[in-house]
Amino acid sequence: MEKKKEFKILAYLTAFFLFAYFMPVEREGFMDAVYEALYLVKWYAREHVLLCLIPAFFIAGVIAVFISQGAVIKYFGAKATKWKSYLVASVSGIVLAVCSCTILPLFSGIHKRGAGLGPAIAFLYSGPAINILAIILTARVLGFEIGMARIIGAVIFAIVIGLLMALIFRKEEKARAEEALKFPEEHGGRPLWKTSLHFFILVFILIFANWGHPEVAEGAWYWLWNNKWVITSVFGVLFAFSLIYVIRLNRWYVMGSAVAVALATVFFPDTPVIPFTTGFVTLSIITGITPGEPREWLLSTWEFTKQIVPLLFAGVLVAGFLLGSPESNGQGIIPNEWVAALVGGNSLFANFFASIFGAFMYFATLTEVPIIQGLLGSGMGKGPALALLLAGPAISLPNMLVIHSVIGTKKTTVFILLVVVMATFSGLVYGKFF
Amino acid sequence: MKKDRVEIKIFGSGCMRCEKLADECREVAQELNVAVSIEKVTDQDEIINEGVLFTPGLMINGKLMSSGKIPVKNTLKNWVQNAAK
Repeated sequence: MEKKKEFKILAYLTAFFLFAYFMPVEREGFMDAVYEALYLVKWYAREHVLLCLIPAFFIAGVIAVFISQGAVIKYFGAKATKWKSYLVASVSGIVLAVCSCTILPLFSGIHKRGAGLGPAIAFLYSGPAINILAIILTARVLGFEIGMARIIGAVIFAIVIGLLMALIFRKEEKARAEEALKFPEEHGGRPLWKTSLHFFILVFILIFANWGHPEVAEGAWYWLWNNKWVITSVFGVLFAFSLIYVIRLNRWYVMGSAVAVALATVFFPDTPVIPFTTGFVTLSIITGITPGEPREWLLSTWEFTKQIVPLLFAGVLVAGFLLGSPESNGQGIIPNEWVAALVGGNSLFANFFASIFGAFMYFATLTEVPIIQGLLGSGMGKGPALALLLAGPAISLPNMLVIHSVIGTKKTTVFILLVVVMATFSGLVYGKFF
Repeated sequence: MKKDRVEIKIFGSGCMRCEKLADECREVAQELNVAVSIEKVTDQDEIINEGVLFTPGLMINGKLMSSGKIPVKNTLKNWVQNAAK
């Protein structure tokens, strides 16, 4: 056991040494790429952490703690209506775990004992493809249209691929284990509408705080942008009520927090980020000192943060180094012409290449966003970008190996083919219109 | 009833989080000075048979304690301590 650990350290050190030994510091463009990487990290830290990532982690925490996973699972039993299973499978990615290996037992459970191959595949695709953090960051960094296209595309993909798989393998699917899927016990709790209310208030805070400056200075969107902090504050007040009445925090704690936010607003009326951050800091404190669900909420928020932030920033650093940062129009170590030649424009080849690349490449949660941002800046077309988003996070080489052990070579191959073909096609269509 | 060791089963296909859970269990056992046996279950069928739908799953003395997450260390400590009594 110990020996294995020591060898691991040796391997890391050797890899680092080889990198340092052959590092092409003198080469023209190398230092530029380093600058690009640092610039991109700074841009993410300034633009996305306080207003976007932190609320998003709290939202993910709400989902993990307050929404019963059993509630979703009951739609996958052997007796569940088919269309309902498909529908729930295709959207359940939003409320379930972030990591694709976590949901594998549930996948094989649905497949063998539950609703069958179709819904299982729909679930397998949508699970990692439409997690809420990824959608939020995509819309924020890459633009609203592509964020919407990603979520709509992922839901449609899940349903269509599930149906096609069930159709192609309908003969083999007849035999099924007698035993029904065991469900974890429901622990009652608050009614769903209350949890949803709390959830949506937080989502609206996130949406309005991040409302982008529209291109034309008139109309409803501009009005919303102009008043975005007023609207965010209104939702902030609602959020305080929901903390007291839904989450059942001590009302004096919540009031104290509200006073702190109000004071921050009075002292810094021109930098709304300060009261906004004050809100989340005090929220962390008051949930942390309340045992039970509130503390669990904070802890699971912290779990997500710990798991995702280091990977995301490593991803940003690497993407900035390799591809340059679109914000400064700089060059990374990979020449823009190469990117443009492979995935530029909206040709069939560009879309196909993006899909294949996405299917095999492993993206740690959220890192697909800075990578695609870098590629777009280096000349990637919008169609191929969507193709990569739809094929990328849902499947990867390691994930294929595990799926293969559950459903066999033939079904795995067909599944991957369907994902790649559909991603290519969607990229072509999207690229035509946007 | 006092058992000579606490039986811990960890369910998961061998991803990073399952390994981490196994490590934490080992650490906790060491800190509490409790004899444990840790078994890793990687077979998908067996995982589902035991009612684990999300990995990593943790079973102590035949009882499923958690699934889909790595429990906080203090909670884990309590569980192992209670199981050892």
